Amino acid sequence: MAEKNYAGVTVAVDADGFLEDPSLWTREIAEGIAEELGMTLTDRHWVVLEFIRKDAVDQGEPPGVRRITKLTDVSMKEIYKLFPKGPGILASKLAGYGKPQGCV
Amino acid sequence: MTDGMENDHGMPRKVAIICSKGSLDMAYPGLILANAARMMGIEAMVFFTFWGLDIITEKKVDKLKAGMVGNPSAPLPHMLAGLPGMESFATSMMKKKIQGLDIPDIRELLETLDAAETDLYACKMAMDMFGLERDDLVPEVKDVIGAMDFFQHAEGAQTFFI
Repeated sequence: MAEKNYAGVTVAVDADGFLEDPSLWTREIAEGIAEELGMTLTDRHWVVLEFIRKDAVDQGEPPGVRRITKLTDVSMKEIYKLFPKGPGILASKLAGYGKPQGCV
Repeated sequence: MTDGMENDHGMPRKVAIICSKGSLDMAYPGLILANAARMMGIEAMVFFTFWGLDIITEKKVDKLKAGMVGNPSAPLPHMLAGLPGMESFATSMMKKKIQGLDIPDIRELLETLDAAETDLYACKMAMDMFGLERDDLVPEVKDVIGAMDFFQHAEGAQTFFI
Protein backbone atom coordinates (compact mmCIF):
# COMPACT_ATOMS: atom_id res chain seq x y z
CA MET A 1 0.00 0.00 0.00
CA ALA A 2 1.34 3.41 -0.98
CA GLU A 3 1.67 6.25 1.46
CA LYS A 4 1.64 9.99 0.99
CA ASN A 5 2.61 12.82 3.24
CA TYR A 6 0.35 15.85 3.19
CA ALA A 7 0.86 18.77 5.58
CA GLY A 8 3.00 16.63 7.86
CA VAL A 9 0.50 13.77 8.07
CA THR A 10 1.22 10.40 6.47
CA VAL A 11 -1.85 8.70 4.97
CA ALA A 12 -2.37 5.47 3.03
CA VAL A 13 -3.52 5.93 -0.58
CA ASP A 14 -4.53 3.49 -3.31
CA ALA A 15 -2.77 3.04 -6.67
CA ASP A 16 -4.51 6.13 -8.08
CA GLY A 17 -3.74 8.31 -5.09
CA PHE A 18 -7.17 8.19 -3.41
CA LEU A 19 -7.17 8.18 0.39
CA GLU A 20 -7.76 4.67 1.74
CA ASP A 21 -9.53 6.00 4.84
CA PRO A 22 -11.78 9.04 4.26
CA SER A 23 -12.05 9.61 8.01
CA LEU A 24 -8.39 10.70 8.13
CA TRP A 25 -9.15 13.58 5.72
CA THR A 26 -8.53 17.17 6.81
CA ARG A 27 -8.71 20.48 4.94
CA GLU A 28 -4.91 20.56 5.06
CA ILE A 29 -4.76 17.19 3.28
CA ALA A 30 -7.10 18.56 0.60
CA GLU A 31 -4.77 21.53 0.16
CA GLY A 32 -1.86 19.10 -0.14
CA ILE A 33 -3.59 17.00 -2.80
CA ALA A 34 -4.55 20.19 -4.66
CA GLU A 35 -0.95 21.38 -4.65
CA GLU A 36 0.13 18.02 -6.05
CA LEU A 37 -2.47 18.45 -8.83
CA GLY A 38 -1.28 21.98 -9.54
CA MET A 39 -4.56 23.48 -8.31
CA THR A 40 -5.37 26.27 -5.89
CA LEU A 41 -8.58 25.72 -3.94
CA THR A 42 -10.98 28.66 -3.90
CA ASP A 43 -14.19 29.23 -1.90
CA ARG A 44 -16.11 27.72 -4.83
CA HIS A 45 -14.01 24.54 -4.73
CA TRP A 46 -14.80 24.34 -1.03
CA VAL A 47 -18.55 24.52 -1.71
CA VAL A 48 -18.12 21.32 -3.76
CA LEU A 49 -15.74 19.59 -1.35
CA GLU A 50 -17.83 20.34 1.74
CA PHE A 51 -20.94 19.06 -0.03
CA ILE A 52 -19.13 15.82 -0.95
CA ARG A 53 -17.98 15.34 2.65
CA LYS A 54 -21.50 15.77 3.97
CA ASP A 55 -23.31 13.85 1.23
CA ALA A 56 -20.93 10.87 1.34
CA VAL A 57 -21.66 10.46 5.06
CA ASP A 58 -25.44 10.75 4.49
CA GLN A 59 -25.54 8.46 1.44
CA GLY A 60 -22.73 6.06 2.23
CA GLU A 61 -20.95 6.86 -1.05
CA PRO A 62 -19.46 9.95 -2.68
CA PRO A 63 -21.85 11.83 -5.02
CA GLY A 64 -21.47 12.02 -8.82
CA VAL A 65 -21.14 15.26 -10.75
CA ARG A 66 -24.86 15.52 -11.53
CA ARG A 67 -25.85 15.14 -7.89
CA ILE A 68 -23.33 17.80 -6.84
CA THR A 69 -24.68 20.29 -9.39
CA LYS A 70 -28.31 19.51 -8.46
CA LEU A 71 -27.83 19.97 -4.73
CA THR A 72 -25.39 22.91 -4.61
CA ASP A 73 -25.42 26.27 -6.38
CA VAL A 74 -22.45 25.16 -8.50
CA SER A 75 -23.62 24.74 -12.11
CA MET A 76 -22.45 22.08 -14.54
CA LYS A 77 -20.49 24.73 -16.44
CA GLU A 78 -18.82 26.03 -13.29
CA ILE A 79 -17.82 22.62 -11.94
CA TYR A 80 -15.89 21.97 -15.17
CA LYS A 81 -14.17 25.34 -14.77
CA LEU A 82 -13.27 24.47 -11.17
CA PHE A 83 -11.99 20.99 -12.02
CA PRO A 84 -10.91 21.18 -15.67
CA LYS A 85 -9.05 17.88 -15.45
CA GLY A 86 -12.27 16.05 -14.62
CA PRO A 87 -14.76 16.92 -11.85
CA GLY A 88 -15.99 13.30 -11.69
CA ILE A 89 -12.95 11.94 -9.97
CA LEU A 90 -10.89 14.94 -8.91
CA ALA A 91 -13.54 16.49 -6.66
CA SER A 92 -13.99 13.18 -4.88
CA LYS A 93 -10.25 12.67 -4.57
CA LEU A 94 -9.77 16.13 -3.06
CA ALA A 95 -12.60 15.40 -0.62
CA GLY A 96 -10.82 12.27 0.55
CA TYR A 97 -13.14 9.74 -1.05
CA GLY A 98 -12.72 7.12 -3.80
CA LYS A 99 -14.13 7.33 -7.32
CA PRO A 100 -17.92 7.77 -7.42
CA GLN A 101 -19.55 4.58 -8.73
CA GLY A 102 -22.45 6.22 -10.57
CA CYS A 103 -22.29 7.00 -14.30
CA VAL A 104 -23.67 10.55 -14.13
CA MET B 1 -3.97 8.30 -13.84
CA THR B 2 -6.34 10.92 -12.49
CA ASP B 3 -4.23 13.99 -12.92
CA GLY B 4 -3.84 14.98 -16.53
CA MET B 5 -5.48 12.48 -18.87
CA GLU B 6 -2.81 11.60 -21.38
CA ASN B 7 -2.34 8.68 -23.74
CA ASP B 8 0.87 6.68 -24.17
CA HIS B 9 2.29 9.35 -26.45
CA GLY B 10 1.85 12.12 -23.91
CA MET B 11 -1.07 13.61 -25.86
CA PRO B 12 -4.38 14.47 -24.16
CA ARG B 13 -6.78 11.53 -24.20
CA LYS B 14 -9.76 11.95 -26.47
CA VAL B 15 -12.85 9.93 -27.45
CA ALA B 16 -15.02 10.26 -30.55
CA ILE B 17 -18.44 8.64 -30.43
CA ILE B 18 -20.60 8.05 -33.49
CA CYS B 19 -24.33 7.79 -32.75
CA SER B 20 -26.04 6.23 -35.77
CA LYS B 21 -29.28 5.01 -34.16
CA GLY B 22 -32.18 7.07 -32.88
CA SER B 23 -33.91 4.78 -30.40
CA LEU B 24 -33.89 5.54 -26.69
CA ASP B 25 -31.85 2.44 -25.92
CA MET B 26 -29.21 3.40 -28.51
CA ALA B 27 -29.13 7.08 -27.53
CA TYR B 28 -28.15 6.52 -23.90
CA PRO B 29 -24.96 4.47 -24.32
CA GLY B 30 -23.23 7.03 -26.55
CA LEU B 31 -24.23 10.06 -24.51
CA ILE B 32 -23.43 8.44 -21.16
CA LEU B 33 -20.00 7.35 -22.42
CA ALA B 34 -19.23 10.84 -23.73
CA ASN B 35 -20.29 12.33 -20.41
CA ALA B 36 -18.24 9.80 -18.43
CA ALA B 37 -15.20 10.71 -20.51
CA ARG B 38 -15.68 14.40 -19.73
CA MET B 39 -16.13 13.67 -16.01
CA MET B 40 -12.72 11.98 -16.11
CA GLY B 41 -11.11 14.89 -17.89
CA ILE B 42 -10.97 13.13 -21.26
CA GLU B 43 -11.84 15.26 -24.32
CA ALA B 44 -15.01 14.05 -26.04
CA MET B 45 -16.88 14.59 -29.29
CA VAL B 46 -20.10 13.01 -30.57
CA PHE B 47 -20.99 12.70 -34.26
CA PHE B 48 -24.69 12.11 -34.99
CA THR B 49 -25.44 10.45 -38.31
CA PHE B 50 -28.39 8.71 -39.96
CA TRP B 51 -31.08 7.86 -37.39
CA GLY B 52 -28.77 9.19 -34.70
CA LEU B 53 -29.84 12.64 -35.89
CA ASP B 54 -33.17 12.06 -34.12
CA ILE B 55 -31.29 12.46 -30.82
CA ILE B 56 -30.43 16.07 -31.66
CA THR B 57 -33.53 16.97 -33.69
CA GLU B 58 -35.63 19.47 -31.72
CA LYS B 59 -38.95 17.83 -32.61
CA LYS B 60 -37.78 14.30 -31.81
CA VAL B 61 -35.38 14.49 -28.88
CA ASP B 62 -38.12 14.23 -26.24
CA LYS B 63 -39.99 11.50 -28.14
CA LEU B 64 -37.34 8.83 -28.74
CA LYS B 65 -38.77 5.34 -28.51
CA ALA B 66 -37.39 2.12 -27.06
CA GLY B 67 -36.58 -0.15 -30.02
CA MET B 68 -38.53 -3.40 -29.71
CA VAL B 69 -38.90 -4.77 -33.23
CA GLY B 70 -35.79 -6.63 -34.36
CA ASN B 71 -34.40 -6.48 -30.84
CA PRO B 72 -33.68 -10.04 -29.63
CA SER B 73 -33.49 -8.75 -26.06
CA ALA B 74 -36.98 -7.22 -26.14
CA PRO B 75 -38.75 -8.36 -22.98
CA LEU B 76 -41.78 -9.70 -24.87
CA PRO B 77 -42.46 -12.31 -27.58
CA HIS B 78 -41.14 -11.12 -30.90
CA MET B 79 -44.50 -11.62 -32.62
CA LEU B 80 -46.09 -9.09 -30.29
CA ALA B 81 -43.35 -6.46 -30.49
CA GLY B 82 -44.72 -4.98 -33.70
CA LEU B 83 -48.32 -4.72 -32.56
CA PRO B 84 -49.81 -1.22 -32.28
CA GLY B 85 -49.09 0.39 -28.93
CA MET B 86 -46.32 -2.02 -27.94
CA GLU B 87 -43.49 0.39 -28.68
CA SER B 88 -45.16 3.20 -26.73
CA PHE B 89 -45.80 0.84 -23.85
CA ALA B 90 -42.19 -0.34 -23.76
CA THR B 91 -40.98 3.25 -24.04
CA SER B 92 -43.05 4.47 -21.13
CA MET B 93 -41.87 1.52 -19.02
CA MET B 94 -38.26 2.32 -19.83
CA LYS B 95 -38.72 6.03 -19.13
CA LYS B 96 -40.30 5.26 -15.75
CA LYS B 97 -37.40 3.02 -14.87
CA ILE B 98 -34.91 5.69 -15.93
CA GLN B 99 -36.67 8.37 -13.88
CA GLY B 100 -36.83 6.07 -10.87
CA LEU B 101 -33.07 5.63 -11.00
CA ASP B 102 -32.60 9.39 -11.30
CA ILE B 103 -30.88 9.09 -14.68
CA PRO B 104 -31.20 12.32 -16.71
CA ASP B 105 -33.44 12.36 -19.79
CA ILE B 106 -31.84 12.76 -23.22
CA ARG B 107 -32.37 16.52 -23.39
CA GLU B 108 -30.72 17.04 -20.02
CA LEU B 109 -27.82 14.82 -21.10
CA LEU B 110 -27.30 16.97 -24.20
CA GLU B 111 -27.32 20.12 -22.04
CA THR B 112 -24.87 18.48 -19.64
CA LEU B 113 -22.54 17.52 -22.48
CA ASP B 114 -22.68 21.07 -23.79
CA ALA B 115 -21.89 22.54 -20.36
CA ALA B 116 -18.99 20.08 -20.15
CA GLU B 117 -17.68 21.38 -23.48
CA THR B 118 -18.27 18.20 -25.45
CA ASP B 119 -18.32 18.90 -29.18
CA LEU B 120 -21.59 17.74 -30.70
CA TYR B 121 -21.61 17.44 -34.50
CA ALA B 122 -24.38 16.61 -36.98
CA CYS B 123 -23.64 14.70 -40.18
CA LYS B 124 -24.09 16.88 -43.27
CA MET B 125 -25.01 14.06 -45.64
CA ALA B 126 -27.64 12.58 -43.32
CA MET B 127 -29.08 16.07 -42.76
CA ASP B 128 -29.47 16.47 -46.53
CA MET B 129 -31.03 13.02 -46.84
CA PHE B 130 -33.64 13.76 -44.19
CA GLY B 131 -34.21 17.33 -45.38
CA LEU B 132 -33.08 18.83 -42.08
CA GLU B 133 -31.77 22.37 -41.58
CA ARG B 134 -29.50 23.68 -38.82
CA ASP B 135 -32.56 25.29 -37.20
CA ASP B 136 -34.20 21.88 -36.83
CA LEU B 137 -31.45 20.80 -34.42
CA VAL B 138 -31.09 21.49 -30.70
CA PRO B 139 -28.90 24.54 -29.92
CA GLU B 140 -26.20 22.43 -28.23
CA VAL B 141 -24.99 21.18 -31.64
CA LYS B 142 -21.71 22.88 -32.43
CA ASP B 143 -21.57 22.36 -36.17
CA VAL B 144 -22.79 20.40 -39.19
CA ILE B 145 -19.84 18.55 -40.69
CA GLY B 146 -18.95 15.97 -43.34
CA ALA B 147 -17.33 12.57 -42.89
CA MET B 148 -13.88 13.89 -43.75
CA ASP B 149 -14.24 16.69 -41.20
CA PHE B 150 -15.14 14.01 -38.67
CA PHE B 151 -11.79 12.31 -39.19
CA GLN B 152 -10.00 15.60 -38.87
CA HIS B 153 -11.70 16.37 -35.55
CA ALA B 154 -11.29 12.78 -34.33
CA GLU B 155 -7.55 12.62 -34.88
CA GLY B 156 -5.89 10.62 -32.12
CA ALA B 157 -9.24 9.77 -30.49
CA GLN B 158 -10.53 6.39 -29.39
CA THR B 159 -13.57 5.93 -31.60
CA PHE B 160 -16.84 4.18 -30.74
CA PHE B 161 -19.58 3.37 -33.26
CA ILE B 162 -23.04 2.98 -31.79
